[in-house]
Amino acid sequence: MSLLEINGLTRRFGGLIAVNDFNIELGEHELVALIGPNGAGKTTVFNLISGFYQPSEGSIKLKGRDTKGLRPHQVTGLGVARTFQGIRLWGNMHVLDNIRIAQHYRLGYSLVDCFLRTKNYVHREKEIDRIAWELLEAMDLKDVAFELPRNLPYGVQRRVEIARAMSVKPSLLLLDEPAAGLNSADVEGLIKLVRWIYDNFPVTIWMIEHQMKVVMSLCSRIKVIDFGTTIADGGPEDIQKNPTVIKAYLGDDTI
Amino acid sequence: MQKKTVTIAVFAAIAVIVALAQFGVLSPYHVSVIMFMGVNVILATSLNLVNGYMGEFSCGHGGFMCVGAYVSSLCTVLMFSKNAILGAPLLPPSLALIGFPLALVVGSAFAAVAGLVVAIPSFKTRGDYLAIITLAANYIVISAINNMEIIGGPRGFMGMSATEVGMKSLVDIPWVLIFVLLGTLFTVWILRRFVSSTLGKGVPAICQDEIAAEIMSVDTNRMKLIAFMLSSGIAGLAGGLFAHILGYVNPQSFDIMRSTEIMVMVYLGGMGSLSGTALAAILFTLLMEALRFLDVWKWVVIPLLLILLMQFRPEGLMGSKELADLFPKLRKYYSFK
Repeated sequence: MSLLEINGLTRRFGGLIAVNDFNIELGEHELVALIGPNGAGKTTVFNLISGFYQPSEGSIKLKGRDTKGLRPHQVTGLGVARTFQGIRLWGNMHVLDNIRIAQHYRLGYSLVDCFLRTKNYVHREKEIDRIAWELLEAMDLKDVAFELPRNLPYGVQRRVEIARAMSVKPSLLLLDEPAAGLNSADVEGLIKLVRWIYDNFPVTIWMIEHQMKVVMSLCSRIKVIDFGTTIADGGPEDIQKNPTVIKAYLGDDTI
Repeated sequence: MQKKTVTIAVFAAIAVIVALAQFGVLSPYHVSVIMFMGVNVILATSLNLVNGYMGEFSCGHGGFMCVGAYVSSLCTVLMFSKNAILGAPLLPPSLALIGFPLALVVGSAFAAVAGLVVAIPSFKTRGDYLAIITLAANYIVISAINNMEIIGGPRGFMGMSATEVGMKSLVDIPWVLIFVLLGTLFTVWILRRFVSSTLGKGVPAICQDEIAAEIMSVDTNRMKLIAFMLSSGIAGLAGGLFAHILGYVNPQSFDIMRSTEIMVMVYLGGMGSLSGTALAAILFTLLMEALRFLDVWKWVVIPLLLILLMQFRPEGLMGSKELADLFPKLRKYYSFK
């Protein structure tokens, strides 16, 4: 059974068709890219998967389960985590809290447990803490655990956001332009980080990215969309040579 | 062992205050000021959960206080006073010691349910629009009670003092003061536990980025429901205590003026700081008493202070910091676990 199966996904905003008949099937443990010119509908696809928008037509199936009607936190509970195009950390809470809170869907204790500090509460909070520290340690963020995200450099914030997504223990990780706004040293670091995550966790990573260096060095499969419609799907070499893709990015040579 | 110091100190302080009141060292006036301090701490810290931690602008806290005040008063009056509704009291006065806390709980529960009036619209509405809804909720409560002749309408409702008399007939100590102090302690304790848990941290996550919260698996609707109901329920507790301090309530004492007063305490103390709001509530009560000689003019002076505060320290006295953040040495003496 495939991890993610999208069939005939369409989303209209009034008269605008943002995503048109989008299909994809992702298996366990893949590294895939979604590229396309600005306004092609890439982020809309991610917003549809994470339940932020509901599809106008078509279906999204996660591990065989239709996600129609689920609210975003419920979709996340099924094992989908994502990062955002502009970083969206909780700026006034330290990094450790940011990573703790993303484990909300498996808190495993009730409000009453919280008031009475029951055994279950203490046990669960310890577990949440342990997972958070493990991630911070593994992703080299231990030193900034008690810093506020808004005081951190952009590159580090990006790493924190990815760490927060990983604390969901996702089986599908959606990265929305992870290299946007990073300098070249940070981009190298990001490539290493994504590779490391892919090697160490049983996760399928699907990224939207404009920097071809990142896409080409990481992804084994690339899907290209333009005006909401798929125009190419294949390995990096095929995509680079594909005339439709070149045309979408550079336009016609007849002026 | 050291971690228990503060707990012991708090209970010792309560015992000392009660003893001073008992042996007449504190005049009845001083005792009433202390009780209003307690009520204000409860009101301010509970509103802080919504206005500070969740970043919404609720300006109808007085309405929920009103629900708690009237419901718990109605309970104790039916139980322990001769009244116009049922005639003779239902229970003998010796049961007042059990009846009073029960009435407070019932009042809080009704106030928490009244909180739904705001909590449910908050799923879809934010900011200014939600603020209007909270204002409307305040008006609905006040107007409804104004129109209920059976509980006195605009003339107010009384008869709660029989409860205190009943409790004193058992043991003659200042019971209402004890309940106010314990209620204050309970409020701070329960709120502190909530906001320091991972569950409770979902509330500031909504404040700082609601979309990120929802997508990172925080059930934002549930968190809003908890925050609003907890906040209004505790306001109901404050209302119940307030009604039994005075022995008399009328709807006007819970109108928008009251709600504003509570907001002033929150903004004075610092949004998102529990200890800051508690201190501000105490300070504010003292200020109100100190400026009593100004009579109506104090409502010119206090708003002026607020303007100056917003100019020079818009984040409030303590910002979002707790006492222990400002004085790390305190950490040695207590931890909230």
